[in-house]
Amino acid sequence: MGKFLARRLLNYVVLIFLATSFAYLLAATNLQPRVYFEQMQPPPPPEVVNSQLDTLNLNDQTPLAQRYATWISGVVTGDFGKNIQGGEVSGQMWMKAGVTLRLITVATILGSALGIAIGAYAAVRQYRAFDKAATGASFFVLSIPTVVIAIVIQVLAVAVNDGLGFTFLKYVGEYSAGFQGNWWETLVNRIHHAILPTLVLALALFAAFARYQRNMMLDVLGSDFVRTAMAKGLTRRRALFKHALRTALIPTITYFTFTFGALVSGATFTEKIYGWHGMGAWLIDSIARQDVHVVAAVSWFMAVTIMAASFLSDIIYAWLDPRVRV
Amino acid sequence: MSTETIVDSAAADSERTRPTPVLEVTDLTVTFRGFNNNPDVKAVRGVSYAVHRGEVLGIVGESGSGKSVSSMAAMGLLPDHAEITGSVRLHGEELLGKSDREMARKRGKVISMVFQDPLSGLTPVYTVGDQLAEAVMVHNPKGGKAKARARAVELLELVGIPNPAERYRSFPHEFSGGMRQRVMIAMAMANDPDVIICDEPTTALDVTIQAQILDLLRTAQRETGAAIVMITHDLGVVAGFVDRLLVMYAGRPVEIGSVDEIYYSSRMPYTMGLLGAVPRMDLEDQGALVPIKGNPPSLSALPPGCPFAPRCPLAQPECDDSEPDLLPVGSAVRTEDGRTRVRDDGEQRVACIRSGEIDANRWTAQDIYPVPEIPEAEAASARREDLPEVLRVRDLIKHHPLMKGSVFKRRVGTVYAVDGIDFDIREGETLALVGESGCGKSSTLMEVMGLEKPERGSIEVMGREVGSLSRSERFSLRRDMQIVFQDPMSSLDPRMTVFDIIAEPLRTHRVGAQAVTERVYELLRLVGLNTEHATRFPAEFSGGQRQRIGIARALALEPKLLVLDEPVSALDVSIQAGVVNLLEELQAKLGLAYLFVAHDLSVVRHIADRVAVMYLGKVVEIGATKAIYEHPSHPYTQALLSAIPVPDPERERSRTHIVLEGDLPSPANPPSGCSFRTRCQKFITLQESDQEQCMSAEPRILPTNGDDQASACHFAERQAGLV
Repeated sequence: MGKFLARRLLNYVVLIFLATSFAYLLAATNLQPRVYFEQMQPPPPPEVVNSQLDTLNLNDQTPLAQRYATWISGVVTGDFGKNIQGGEVSGQMWMKAGVTLRLITVATILGSALGIAIGAYAAVRQYRAFDKAATGASFFVLSIPTVVIAIVIQVLAVAVNDGLGFTFLKYVGEYSAGFQGNWWETLVNRIHHAILPTLVLALALFAAFARYQRNMMLDVLGSDFVRTAMAKGLTRRRALFKHALRTALIPTITYFTFTFGALVSGATFTEKIYGWHGMGAWLIDSIARQDVHVVAAVSWFMAVTIMAASFLSDIIYAWLDPRVRV
Repeated sequence: MSTETIVDSAAADSERTRPTPVLEVTDLTVTFRGFNNNPDVKAVRGVSYAVHRGEVLGIVGESGSGKSVSSMAAMGLLPDHAEITGSVRLHGEELLGKSDREMARKRGKVISMVFQDPLSGLTPVYTVGDQLAEAVMVHNPKGGKAKARARAVELLELVGIPNPAERYRSFPHEFSGGMRQRVMIAMAMANDPDVIICDEPTTALDVTIQAQILDLLRTAQRETGAAIVMITHDLGVVAGFVDRLLVMYAGRPVEIGSVDEIYYSSRMPYTMGLLGAVPRMDLEDQGALVPIKGNPPSLSALPPGCPFAPRCPLAQPECDDSEPDLLPVGSAVRTEDGRTRVRDDGEQRVACIRSGEIDANRWTAQDIYPVPEIPEAEAASARREDLPEVLRVRDLIKHHPLMKGSVFKRRVGTVYAVDGIDFDIREGETLALVGESGCGKSSTLMEVMGLEKPERGSIEVMGREVGSLSRSERFSLRRDMQIVFQDPMSSLDPRMTVFDIIAEPLRTHRVGAQAVTERVYELLRLVGLNTEHATRFPAEFSGGQRQRIGIARALALEPKLLVLDEPVSALDVSIQAGVVNLLEELQAKLGLAYLFVAHDLSVVRHIADRVAVMYLGKVVEIGATKAIYEHPSHPYTQALLSAIPVPDPERERSRTHIVLEGDLPSPANPPSGCSFRTRCQKFITLQESDQEQCMSAEPRILPTNGDDQASACHFAERQAGLV
């Protein structure tokens, strides 16, 4: 098992290297940092532009291979180069990652827990009122794009605030601008801001998880081992909880890790709409700014999160399901 | 019957002298309400029986007869939407209407159950020990975990799991089917219940394992003194195991009585037909089996009268008037208010208005059922050596690479699925390959059907070596050999009409459209189907009819060799008889050769001319059916034959079974020398020097009786009287 995991890990490292390199090459050939400088007001002289580009390792007159070599040798030491304004990419990246992780950790846990609970119960009550309501709700949410959900909730929040006459729900930013206070007040302020975007993400996740868990649960509901558990003297509820749900959770947990990995870059719309400066928002902005190094760095980070999720799901799967252990 | 008295909680019941039964079911009905305009399914319609302490009651019936549903109802395991009426009394206490919580306290404690399929009966993610300990804990939560664990280990030991303390931590997938069934039985015994319901406990298992499990159930009964309700469709299993027998048909009991009464003097045409339909391993020349025509009725649309009347050879117009009650033999008088509440009082009772007549005339199945005439094949007179060879297999091997894990795949060894086998089939002859699952029967078939060059050895079909064939030669050779699969439900394309299914091989081999149509209709008639069936889809047919369609498809190209992969094992007994008769008839008519793969040795004795017994990829004994069954010489053949229960209570009681130890060793890691020595009943009786030989030298297959019986055992000895 250890040997296997080590081999797999090595595989992932190679994949991450390839993904990041391709992302860099794609960004370096298609984005035009020169244009970014040339469009400044007033337009700087060409020599200044060139020297600026040279210091940032973004000059399209330098051969691509040479630019790539410079960049990759920096990446190996943990230096992702400079963004187009001259700031350090690495430092910024960890800050943005922190924002995104804060947002999605709570949202995925909340959304999936809710989805699993509702999906599993809906399966037990198949075709009854609860199942029909849960199915209707999840399909309703699934059929609306996240953008629309995010905006609708924002609009509703505004209406609620207007109705109450004070800002009950915050819908812009990660914290109030210029907020000063002790750590406790800061925390409350941040949580207050996090409620709505978390809700948006959790809502979309809940719908997917509810459907998924319902199907998984239906597969095991009629299985012989649940009947055996009842024949031993367990009540139906206990047999379902301890034997059916535990078995039906295995594929869902794998799904969960992947969702988490994908959401690092998948929360873009929510971040943008609610003014959170996370990974996804950063990527969109940097493409608009022709910022090659940031695009490459975000791609690297996404590759790492996806691979980590996949690695984690392998381990969790083996831990949960004795049948795949070696 | 047990004479012990039990404190009679319902003492008011003074009319009977016998003690209160442990479990008494009276007039039980179970109806599944149809959703969305679907008709209701009346799964059980008035079942009554009683079991006393230490008694074994058998419930037999074909699939869909309601035998499992009625016991699930008694256990409170049916889903909420099942409507249950009647009464189920456990020690006189009414169980129906109890809440799930109250029932849970009874389940596993007073009344427990062993289910059919041990492979899916255990939760895959918990260790077997923990699941067993849970059964102890749930009824005694104050006992503590350590005590429950100790009890679980003790139970594992009791049911014959080697190294119980170590195996406690094994997961279900690490156990074989037989071992998992042992765990299930241990679970059922865990709290010394008063009733154990066994729902087809051995149906999914091999005969050698079946013998072990039946032995174990006898032990369990001795240990706990429990009453046992044994549900099965196999009349052989119940013959030697039960005291009384209840026969069910279409959700109703049609006959009840002591096991001897039912087997030797059944007064119900259905039971008689069922007994006549069973192929007998212990009879040399049984003649044609008794097929019961037609199919069991649908439980959602029952005919008004006796549900068996449409299939009954003795049916009269009166049979369609109303359903007969379960009455003592001969008393066909109806009570004034129509239905009587029937009680199981130990007397033989029959639900047939002509039972008195049957009793008076002492009719048997052969008297009332029309037995088909099967013409004698002309080839039967010729000497075997003179007949042309249809198939010849020499030293065939098939090794699979062994991969492990579903997420973490890697090769860990080789499975020696087929490991050097030789046999031949002559024209018009049937060779049966028998053995436990995993012995390489199916792999052999697939190698033969593949018509590819084998890894080693050779396969000759019609005298032609298949390894040297060109593509087009191989294609045309396929006309000569066709296959019928085991499961008729999944081996026919559900989206093709019967006509297209049967026509497909003809079209593939470019037969003209006109000729195809004629041939398809001819084939339908040949296998006993109507020509109007041609436009229907497989889903509209019963299992037996589908298997006939499969046979018609296989016969379309007029093959010389038909490969039959367990063709009747998925069918009910009464249906199976018809298909077996059909196969015999076709062989005689068309001069076909059969390669018949089966695990049911009774069917094999009935149909095969020659038998090859396989064990771990090798043929251990081969020869004429009569010679093998009467004088088996290999210890494995002897054990196999002895393990099969015979549907004859008296005979079964006087037989002693050779019960093999343990399971089939893994074909990835066969034992050295003779691969059977690890389970061999003869090996342990040998002297040390002889044992040495078994361990070091692999026995070659050598003739044992001058004729063509041959066996691969260093100490082969022909033995008679095992069946």
